[in-house]
Amino acid sequence: MTTDNETYDIEAGTELTEPVTLTVNGVDHRLDLPGRRLLSDALRHDLRLTGTHVGCEHGVCGACTVLLDGQPVRSCLIFTATVQGCEITTVEGIGDDPAHPSAVQQAFIDSHALQCGFCTPGFITTIEAFLTDHPHPTAEEARAAVSGNLCRCTGYQNIVTAVCRAAELKHEAGGAEECAGCPWDGEQS
Amino acid sequence: MKPAPLTCHSPTSLDEALRLLHDIGSEAKVIAGGQSLVPVLNMRLATPGHLVDITGLPGLDEIRVGAEAVEVGARVTHRQLERSPAAYAALPLLRQTLVNVAHPAIRNRGTTVGSIAHADPNGEMPMILALTGGTVTAVSVRGERTLAAADLFVGPLETVLEPDEILVCARFGRFPEGTRTGFTELARRSGDYALAGAALAVQVIAGQMQQARMGFVSVTEVPTVLDLTDLVAGRAADQSAAVAEAVVERVHAHIDPESDIHATAEYRRHLTGVLARRLLTDLTTGEPARTSEEALRGAS
Ligand SMILES: Cc1cc2nc3c(=O)[nH]c(=O)nc-3n(C[C@H](O)[C@H](O)[C@H](O)COP(=O)(O)OP(=O)(O)OC[C@H]3O[C@@H](n4cnc5c(N)ncnc54)[C@H](O)[C@@H]3O)c2cc1C
Ligand code: FES
Ligand code: FES
Repeated sequence: MTTDNETYDIEAGTELTEPVTLTVNGVDHRLDLPGRRLLSDALRHDLRLTGTHVGCEHGVCGACTVLLDGQPVRSCLIFTATVQGCEITTVEGIGDDPAHPSAVQQAFIDSHALQCGFCTPGFITTIEAFLTDHPHPTAEEARAAVSGNLCRCTGYQNIVTAVCRAAELKHEAGGAEECAGCPWDGEQS
Repeated sequence: MKPAPLTCHSPTSLDEALRLLHDIGSEAKVIAGGQSLVPVLNMRLATPGHLVDITGLPGLDEIRVGAEAVEVGARVTHRQLERSPAAYAALPLLRQTLVNVAHPAIRNRGTTVGSIAHADPNGEMPMILALTGGTVTAVSVRGERTLAAADLFVGPLETVLEPDEILVCARFGRFPEGTRTGFTELARRSGDYALAGAALAVQVIAGQMQQARMGFVSVTEVPTVLDLTDLVAGRAADQSAAVAEAVVERVHAHIDPESDIHATAEYRRHLTGVLARRLLTDLTTGEPARTSEEALRGAS
C-alpha cells in the first residue's frame, strides 16, 4: 500500500500511532492506535474483546453493534479516536459469565434464538438498548426492533420471540407486570 | 475491508478545525457521524490522508425552533432530531421522514447535516431541506455564507461546498398555518435506501386546499421541489380525488428515475406516482395519517 501521507512508513512497514483513551464496559484503556483503527478492530484486536463480530464492514449486517453511551451503533463505522470520552458497552459488558447470562442472553437460550451465533452479539446489544426504551414491546415492535440486524441461520422468528421473552424475564426480575402482546407462551423449554 | 492509512484529527474548537482543513488542503476530509464516509473509506473508494472530526466541536449540538425555521446544528444526530418534541411540534415532517432514514443504529451516529453535505439523491433529508425551502450555513477561514437548498446541490453526491468549508447548521423552513405533511417511501427491506419516496406538504384552510409542494427521493438527480399549487388551489380537500390523476401526471413529468439492479426506471416512475397519489389521499381525506413505518418503528 502506498500512500502520500506521512502516517505509513513504506520502508519500515510501520504506521504512526496516537494515544487513545477508550472506556469499555466501565474500564478505561490507554492504547496507541493508528488513526484508521475502527472501533470494531480496536475492541477485537487491541482489547481482545472478540464478542463483537465483524461481518460486512459497511453498516448493513449489524453484527458489530455495540452501545455508545447506551445507544446501539455500528462499531465498524466509527474511528476509535472519535469516541474517546464515550462509554462503550460490548456484549461482554452485558453478560460475560455462562453461569449468569443476562436476561436477553437467557431469552436467546430459552427461545432457541441462535444457531451459529455469529449475528448474536449484535442482536443482544440492540435488544438490550431497545428494552430499556420499550419495556413493554408488542410482537410487532419487537420485530421492528431487530429489523436492522441480519441473521443467516434462524429465520428470525425465534429472535422475535426472544425479544418478548427477555422483556418478560426483565419484568420477573424487577417484579413488574407481563409484556403486552408477547408471543412467548411460557410453556416452551 | 479496512481504510487506507490516515491521520484522524480531533480539534476542540471550530477555528482549529477550519484552520486544519485549510492548511492540509485537498487531502483532508470532514468526518461527522461517519455513516456515509466510513463505508466509502472501508471500501477504499476514497483514501483521504487526513480526517477532521467535528464531533468534538462545542456549540454545534443544538436544535433551535424559531418562528420561521427549525435550526439543526452539525453534530445533531438523525435520532436526536427525530426524538425532539419541539422539532416535531414545529415541523412534523422531520420526524415523519427521519424514521425512514436507515436503522436506529445508523441514526444514532449519523448526523442530519452530514447527510445534507453528502447530498445523496437517495437520501431523505437533502430533499426535506429543499421541500421546506431551507438553508444551510457554511464556514471556512474565509468567513461564513448561507446558501439556499436550491443553490447548494449541483449533482448526485455533489454540492457547491469547498473542501475546507464546514456546514455548521441547516435550517428547515416551517410551513404556513394549516399545512399538512406526510412522507412515504418503498424500500426492499426496512431501513434500506428507498426505491422511490415522496413527501407532500399541502395547506388546507376551511376545507379548501391552498398551496401544495412535493419532493422526491431516489428518482431525481438533485433534490427539487414540484409545486402543485395551481392544480389544487381552491379545491375542496375531500374532493382531491378529482385532481389525483393530474397530480400523478405532473409527478411523472417531473421525475427522472434511473434503472439499476433493484428496479427499472419504469417501475420507479410508476411507484412514485402511486406514492404521490397515496400521500394526497392520506393528507386530504381525513386526519393526516402516521405512516405505518413510523408507528412500527416507534418514534417515541
Ligand atoms: C446501512 C446504512 C443505511 C443507510 N440508509 C440511509 C437511508 O435510508 N437514507 C439516508 O438518507 N441515509 C442513509 N444512510 C446514511 C446516513 O444517513 C448518514 O448518516 C448520513 O448520510 C451522513 O451523515 P454523517 O454524519 O454520518 O456524515 P459522514 O459520513 O461523517 O460524512 C458524509 C459526507 O459529508 C461530509 N460532511 C459531513 N458533515 C459535514 C459538515 N458538517 N460540513 C461539511 N461536510 C460534512 C463528509 O466530509 C462526507 O463527505 C445509511 C447509512 C448506512 C451505513
Ligand atoms: S460489520 Fe458492522 S454492520 Fe456489518
Ligand atoms: S445464528 Fe447464524 S447468523 Fe444468526
